[in-house]
Amino acid sequence: MVEALTQNHPYDTVPKQAPTKPSSSPVKLDIRNLSISYNGIPALVGVNLKIYENEIFGIIGPANSGKTSLLKALNRMDMFDSAMTVSGEILFDGYNIQRWRNVYALRRRIGVVFPLPVGLPMTVYDNVALAPRLSGINNKAELDETVERCLKRAALWDEVKDRLQSLGSLLSGGQQQRLTIARALSQNPDLLMLDEFSIAVDPVTTMRIEDVLKELKREMTIILVTNLTQQAHRLAERIAFFMNGTCIEIGDTESMFSGNVTDNRTADYIAGRFG
Amino acid sequence: MTGTVRSLAAATPSARKQLDQLDRAWYIDKIVQFIVFASGISAIIFIVGIFIFVTKEGFGFILGAFDFAEFFGSPRWKPTSEYNPTYGILALIAGTASVTGLAMLIAIPFSIGAAIYVAEFATGKTREALKVLVELLAAIPSVVWGFIALSLMNPLIIELFDVPVGLNILNAGIILALMAAPIMTSIAEDALKAVPDRYREAAEALGATRWQVISKVVLPAAKNGLLGAVLLGVGRGFGETMAVLMATGHSINLPDSIFDSVRALTATIASELGETVVGSDHYQALFTIGIFLFLITFVINLCADLVVRGIGKV
Repeated sequence: MVEALTQNHPYDTVPKQAPTKPSSSPVKLDIRNLSISYNGIPALVGVNLKIYENEIFGIIGPANSGKTSLLKALNRMDMFDSAMTVSGEILFDGYNIQRWRNVYALRRRIGVVFPLPVGLPMTVYDNVALAPRLSGINNKAELDETVERCLKRAALWDEVKDRLQSLGSLLSGGQQQRLTIARALSQNPDLLMLDEFSIAVDPVTTMRIEDVLKELKREMTIILVTNLTQQAHRLAERIAFFMNGTCIEIGDTESMFSGNVTDNRTADYIAGRFG
Repeated sequence: MTGTVRSLAAATPSARKQLDQLDRAWYIDKIVQFIVFASGISAIIFIVGIFIFVTKEGFGFILGAFDFAEFFGSPRWKPTSEYNPTYGILALIAGTASVTGLAMLIAIPFSIGAAIYVAEFATGKTREALKVLVELLAAIPSVVWGFIALSLMNPLIIELFDVPVGLNILNAGIILALMAAPIMTSIAEDALKAVPDRYREAAEALGATRWQVISKVVLPAAKNGLLGAVLLGVGRGFGETMAVLMATGHSINLPDSIFDSVRALTATIASELGETVVGSDHYQALFTIGIFLFLITFVINLCADLVVRGIGKV
């Protein structure tokens, strides 16, 4: 795995430049030559990506392909991980995030949903009100409004409206994942990153969350990292295929799923022949 | 699966007998179960035994010379008086409470702060070195602490605060705080480490600063363990004998300030029990103090338990 990354792989060509989106959406994220390594062992090599505003951008690929590392770099999670080194540039609304001194302000603009639901050990209400409170909002009416709005948007309100004061960590897995989404929405992010959100969620809840995402797209940019190629097909407008720490191919979802790919590995993965 | 079931049903009589045979592993399993059960139940047997013994020794006093108002309301502890022995432990309670209170005032912020540093901020060698040193500090015998109180703190307090005696609440409180802090730090650190990292990551992803992560998420999540650490410290304070005996000045006194000498409940038992006639009022009164200490620790633990359960129910 490691050798495969460091040696010159026969397929290691510069990925085909992403087709520009026909709409006039501005670029939300511009990732230039991004490389990530942990203790000198590369996890992601030379990634170039452009993500546009108000699109759902799918990232697919087998395990250990560097998908989660990419999200961590976007959120500046490398700051506390001394083993993690990031090189290259990430432009968020045109600003290089590595140069932002206040990473907390950056993170407040990015909502993250993790693979496993994280209901913090506090009440459902406090879970959603945490982010506004962190940024100094203590007005009860305002918090009430935010909590209700976010829970409704995460399709959880009807199930928890009568028990907002019960522990968030006692909800079922699917409910906790929607709670996590509600929490991520409570800070009005411009960018929502979902990392394999459906791993611990039943199919019905997954479909409900997918419907929510389609709605949210109008207001924010969404990066969807997923192991389920079909999920990416359903939701994403464009897809990047990652493997062994490189971005193999970027393309429009429809054209990629109708066989219009340049790399054999992408075709094999999409067809489900490995992964 | 069905294959296995079928083969069992079709088993020959000899194969069935084999299934019914008790082999070595079966006996070892039963023996280990019994040993573990006995070890577990022994804690209950010991605590009940201690309670019965202490109560038996002190019961004669409670039925005889014991006067509730005098015992808890009078500061006069004069068990050796020839004509009118009095058994008031108010001053002793005040001594124990003031020393423990001051010690906790110092030790709680100190040890929680230390635990936060070790668990959340320190990395690599610093962390390992700190953990070892904290554990070493917890292993210092209490008589050594008493010695430090007598020979180091005593002159220091006299000089710094210009008071006649340096063996007082301040001295004992500081010594007790230093004794309780390492074990409290250790337990509190374990409680903080037990908070899953995904909680921290979730809070960080919301844009929480390090301090916000700790104060809004990690500390609330670890509150039961932290409460346990604090109560362990309080228990240590109530129970500590030798260092307190040496550092408080051991004079029966209702204190006005932290520069007054006091005497603790435990120190009274330790210093007087050897001098009494077995079975005398004085002897039994000392055991009654023992019952009282026992009940206090019981109530503290019960409260802690109720608080912890209450928090869990929300």
